[in-house]
Amino acid sequence: MATVAAPAETKAGRAPRKRRHVSFWTWFWLIMAALYFLVPLYSTLQFSLETSQHGYGFKWYSQIFADPMFRTSFLFSLRLAVETVIIGLVLMVPTVYWVHLRLPQLRPVMDVVSILPFVVPPVALVVGLSGVFNVMPWLLSNSQILAFIYVILALPFTYRSLDAGMRAINVKTLTEAAQSVGAPGWKTLLFVILPNIRTAMLGGAFLTLAIVMGEYTISSLLLFNTFAVYMYYIGNTEAQPAAALAIISFTLTWGAMMGLFLLSRRRGRASSPGVTAVSR
Amino acid sequence: MTSGTVPEDRDAVSSDSLETASPLEAHAPALMPEPSGGRRRARMSRRGLLTWAGVVPFFAYAAFFLLIPVVVLVFKTFTSVNGGFTLENVRALASGQYRVAFVASIEVSVVSAIGGGLFGLFVAYAAVHGRGPRFIQPLLTTFCGVASNFAGIPLAFAFIATLGPTGVVTVLLADFGLHIYPHFTIFSLIGLSLVYIYFQLPLMILVIAPSLEGLRVEWREAADNLGATQSQYWWHVGLPVLLPSLAGAMVLLFGNAFSAYATPYALASGGITLVPILIGQVLSGDVVITNPRLGDSLAFGMIVIVGVTILAYVLLQRRAAKWLR
Repeated sequence: MATVAAPAETKAGRAPRKRRHVSFWTWFWLIMAALYFLVPLYSTLQFSLETSQHGYGFKWYSQIFADPMFRTSFLFSLRLAVETVIIGLVLMVPTVYWVHLRLPQLRPVMDVVSILPFVVPPVALVVGLSGVFNVMPWLLSNSQILAFIYVILALPFTYRSLDAGMRAINVKTLTEAAQSVGAPGWKTLLFVILPNIRTAMLGGAFLTLAIVMGEYTISSLLLFNTFAVYMYYIGNTEAQPAAALAIISFTLTWGAMMGLFLLSRRRGRASSPGVTAVSR
Repeated sequence: MTSGTVPEDRDAVSSDSLETASPLEAHAPALMPEPSGGRRRARMSRRGLLTWAGVVPFFAYAAFFLLIPVVVLVFKTFTSVNGGFTLENVRALASGQYRVAFVASIEVSVVSAIGGGLFGLFVAYAAVHGRGPRFIQPLLTTFCGVASNFAGIPLAFAFIATLGPTGVVTVLLADFGLHIYPHFTIFSLIGLSLVYIYFQLPLMILVIAPSLEGLRVEWREAADNLGATQSQYWWHVGLPVLLPSLAGAMVLLFGNAFSAYATPYALASGGITLVPILIGQVLSGDVVITNPRLGDSLAFGMIVIVGVTILAYVLLQRRAAKWLR
């Protein structure tokens, strides 16, 4: 008994001291992280609200909202985001479904292809695309092309989120059940699989939204006036409206991520899409 | 074995019922009239072809918008303007301003990867093993999701408002008699790294947290019971188990920083030329270049560096999975 009790006693004697010690560093690092996250946001907010030496107000915000260029660029980016989501889902849902159902041996290949957009930085992708498209310049002058390129940027997130969603449900059993009552393939996909991966689809859509609304590299180099390009233009001319725009943009990102977070909470671990996008 | 054959049978049945249901399959036999002997095998290969046809749209799309552009880019990098193989374009990367740009890019990426990586490691460890309040972890995950996506132009603006020459923190520090300008500027390498850490830190936390969760309490207790000190535990157990994921995460951060374009572009008035900025200048004709293939070779250099980092990340993750499940 004594030999068993001895280590337990030393442990009990040591534990409280250790816990307090750990606790200090825990708080230290968490507070450091919170400061790093919040101070730039606070500074931007204060900068965007300063109207005179000691006056505060929404002057810069109303100036931004009254700017017709804000509206056109914002709506343009929003339209691109919606189009990117639709093209991405129409392309990826049947593909991922098919791979899960009939070609599971293809999944490693899909994994690799879906990482490739990370390997090719957006600025390098633009070099490649202009190399290909200079034989068909009409393609690059049409703003529609952006949505098609953004599908590639969003591919890692769309794929991973759909892949996780389909893995969480039993695609094969569901399909066989649907077929045994005579549903054709497209009906199975539309009325049996889709409702079951709704969360995964929405998760991918939120991330795509966050990526497209902030995307600058490709749109600026291909000379389209998206929201981020407008933001840069304002930043070059006036600092305070630019700060207001940064806050607006942050609110957008925050909204999209909150949507994602609420989704993942509702669904639990069933489908947890990655939560990082790349729009540096 | 039996469990293997049963679904196969069911598959055959269901495909028969499909044939009557789907118009595509219904008229297909007419397209392929087969003698009854080889019919089954032919049907199998036809079905095999149809199966593969299902993924053609995706691969065609990826080829058109991703693979072919990259192949063309690589091809152009290794050919001269008159045609014919050359290494001249790649060799040019090692000289003059291009070398400077690569060195600067690598410096910013290394500093922000190590800085953000260590910072993120400590924060993630505090959140996972710190025995803090329960709401910390979900809160941190959400914040990380937002912060790692808050990048590009608005992030640059936010830091100019914070640490720019008239930024809120700059002014605050000056009130306390600490004038950080002109020794420090947000447009310098250190300044840029500080900005990058804003998206590196949350990415690190998201990537490393699962590995830290895999660090089992039992190992710690076993080490304690054997009389190991804290540093002995870390040196002989914690660090070796964690090292592959730690290295992998930092390598990922490096690639993440290396690809960044919008953030440094918006801060580029300081005159730091990074590789992506240089490519952008070449593309928009802002710099005079004698070699029209230079944009391609710069992009090629970038793809090689980022490609190696992603590959290293994947391999290290696989290595890490050995202990941390």
